[in-house]
Amino acid sequence: MELNDFIANFADQFDETDASEIQADTRFHDLEEWSSLTAMGIIAMVRTKYDKAVTGREIRDCETVEDIFNMIAAK
Amino acid sequence: METFNPFSLEGKTVLVTGASAGIGRGIAVTCAKMGAMVVINGRNEQRVKETLGMMDGREHLLAVGDLTDAEAIIQLVGDLPKLDGIVHCAGIGTRVLCRNVAETDIDEVFNTNFKAPVLLQTEILRQKKLNKGGSIVFIASISNESPSVGNALYAASKGAVIAYANCLQLELAPRQIRVNCISPAMVWTDLIFKGGLTEDELHEDEQKYPLKRYGRPEDIANLTVYLLSDASVWMTGSNVKITGGSN
Repeated sequence: MELNDFIANFADQFDETDASEIQADTRFHDLEEWSSLTAMGIIAMVRTKYDKAVTGREIRDCETVEDIFNMIAAK
Repeated sequence: METFNPFSLEGKTVLVTGASAGIGRGIAVTCAKMGAMVVINGRNEQRVKETLGMMDGREHLLAVGDLTDAEAIIQLVGDLPKLDGIVHCAGIGTRVLCRNVAETDIDEVFNTNFKAPVLLQTEILRQKKLNKGGSIVFIASISNESPSVGNALYAASKGAVIAYANCLQLELAPRQIRVNCISPAMVWTDLIFKGGLTEDELHEDEQKYPLKRYGRPEDIANLTVYLLSDASVWMTGSNVKITGGSN
């Protein structure tokens, strides 16, 4: 599991937000497009691309994209 | 003076599946008349080209492919331009008594009427081919609410489409994308002859309709134009019955 790939996969869940706006230190909760729908997209992406299960709660407790990456990598 | 026409499809790109015959062909032809650039899909290239030959104007595109083939869907969607409208019209009819249902009957109807449009829609969203403010129309059927003998599998497949559309609507609303279903009663197409009734029997049945006839593809096409156009921007999550008055 590689951080840059994860960031690209994370960014792919957004329709209106340009991928360049999403970096390792991006506070994703502050993105205008972020919503419970995007969170569901992230959960599905983590399941299909990384074969790991995360909950909405775990994502909510993260602050940056890298926090999510670290949380998943530790699983 | 500028003509007031909120129903125009000028400047819109619309994908119509099942455009090689019947309602889908009627929708493709009418959308072209209303100014849309239409991408027409069907399995049979010859018949899709016949549809193209009936269409007015601009550079419409062919998207020949079998939507029950998941690999074909990925390629087909990859070749699509950005869309403003999608009409899921590809479908098959079948009549089987409940006591005679075989597993293959279920697979055949559900693969074409439910699985194919769902996987196509998924791939279009995944590849981000649908513009903000777009409109999606599913051609369902009144059979979902109007039971008839031998129609259990077909009706169930269309009911599944309507249930799917209801949820899709919620997920796409943040992008102002609208999702609606059209539920026609009997429409004169090849599909209605799959039930084993003769043309004479069907003509007799259509006299029971309050408006004294079955639908024509263009009747459904005009409603589709409305749902694709900006005239219906506040309409989503609806299932519109169009039945000539029959229940």
